Amino acid sequence: MQNLVNYIYIISAGLFVLSLKWLNHPDTSRRGVFAGEIGMLLAVTGAFIKAYPIHNIEWIVAAIVIGTAVGIPIAYIMPMTAVPQRTALSHACGALAAALVGTAEFYQRQGQTGTDALSGFVMVALMLETLLGFLTFTGSLMAMGKLQEILWQRPITYKNQNAVNFVLFAIALGLGIRLVIVPTDTWIFPIFAGLSLLFGVLLIIPIGGADMPTVIAILNSYAGLSACAMGFVLGNNLLVVAGALDGSSGLILSIIMCKAMNRSFTNVLFGAFGQIQHVAGKAEQRNYRSASPEEAASILESASSVIIIPGYGLAVAQAQHKIRELYDNLMKRGVDVKFAIHPVAGRMPGHMNVLLAEADIPYDRLVEMDEINGEFPQCDVALVIGANDVTNPKARTDKTSPIYGMPILDVDKARTVMVIKRSMNPGFAGIDNDLYYLDKTLMLFGDAKAFTAELVKELPARVAA
Amino acid sequence: MTFDLSTGLFVFVLATFIGLEVIRRVSPLLHTPLMSLTNAISAISVVGAILITSREDATTLTKILGFIAITAVVTNIVSGFLITDRMVKMFKKRGAQK
Repeated sequence: MQNLVNYIYIISAGLFVLSLKWLNHPDTSRRGVFAGEIGMLLAVTGAFIKAYPIHNIEWIVAAIVIGTAVGIPIAYIMPMTAVPQRTALSHACGALAAALVGTAEFYQRQGQTGTDALSGFVMVALMLETLLGFLTFTGSLMAMGKLQEILWQRPITYKNQNAVNFVLFAIALGLGIRLVIVPTDTWIFPIFAGLSLLFGVLLIIPIGGADMPTVIAILNSYAGLSACAMGFVLGNNLLVVAGALDGSSGLILSIIMCKAMNRSFTNVLFGAFGQIQHVAGKAEQRNYRSASPEEAASILESASSVIIIPGYGLAVAQAQHKIRELYDNLMKRGVDVKFAIHPVAGRMPGHMNVLLAEADIPYDRLVEMDEINGEFPQCDVALVIGANDVTNPKARTDKTSPIYGMPILDVDKARTVMVIKRSMNPGFAGIDNDLYYLDKTLMLFGDAKAFTAELVKELPARVAA
Repeated sequence: MTFDLSTGLFVFVLATFIGLEVIRRVSPLLHTPLMSLTNAISAISVVGAILITSREDATTLTKILGFIAITAVVTNIVSGFLITDRMVKMFKKRGAQK
């Protein structure tokens, strides 16, 4: 019986790897999701066989029923703009589960012997599991609050913040070590858990909204690692494998995000990006050109290639479907339309792609930064909608700028640049964008959705004429 | 199959390398679905939650903690896989629409 379970676990682990492998391309991605589902089903079956004869089945079944009843509506009702919040929430749920199982193991296995004994290495793993679990739980809830804009967006900083965090961490570490040596000191455990929870909050409050994509990726990694640590506690290789896959995925994504913003890990976690923003004060009045929807439409109409640069502002204005209409209209006229996707466009890695795919824009039109940058010099019109910092040429030239060194889309190299923007107010990072003052730049003032709608309206009118 | 620290670390290191290699190849197009999928996969802790709750000697504390854990993690499994599928379904090639 025990062997059967192990074989099931091996198949399940293999399916998880295949699942991620198939996710590498849209053509095979649905197969990937299916493989993951079968893998999970096998894992649960294996757990039931192993636990046989199952006690407390009513608790387990009730929990599964409630979980399913909550999960299905979340998956179908959640709008795509809210996917980052959902992801943060599910990091929180996963991490909480790992932490609670760790807690249960700790108390349940007190004074046990044999395979249940709380040996040194089991305790180390258990401490890591609960530390990462509780920390990720509160951290993810904070991240969710910031993404949902229930919580303040600006980073919160205070004097000696890093010192306070360090001292707290040292105390938690000390308590953890004490528990590893003397696992019977059960009174220490709640303090340890409390510190871990507190630590999750403290880690996230100094981080600004702009850094959320990186933070979500890091929390993803932590949630995976805590499942992995649970694998060590239980002596279960399947948990180790699945946790490690999740951990490495989060790691890769956070590295990509850091690179895309030209920040280091430590800088994101301890840097408090928001503070620098006040340095870039209101500069002198500079000249810019603006244009009406009619003018903009006629320029678009006579272009042969257009690159649209979408930013999160587009999603905020719910302009995706209007953009699709614009895209359809221009493509029908033989204009080559592409979308330039910066890695941090949106609120989490890859978010903008999902938003545009939802609006039925074909994925082969969504081009990532490194590929599209070479195309800007040949492009007639670059249309920036709701993006700002990722188009700022200062990132290439101005060493004093806070965004210096950040990889950007070379929008300024296009023949004509058009920017749909509400006003000349600086964007998220509070940095003035030189792009707006170029001779070839036209500012199109208005709401992203309303303005795009007017562009679409102007276009067919001209065909009839 | 016996499990000790060295076996565990062995598996962990190899799985991490496989993970890094496989995930490096995932197109940036699909990074959001990737994160929901790995999220659903990391809900594998459901195994640990079931095992501890189903123990014959489970204390009331264990049952309550296990119950919350299973609920939370099953929510993740269900919503994670379903929303990933919902997202990847949206990615269509040109011409495939309409």
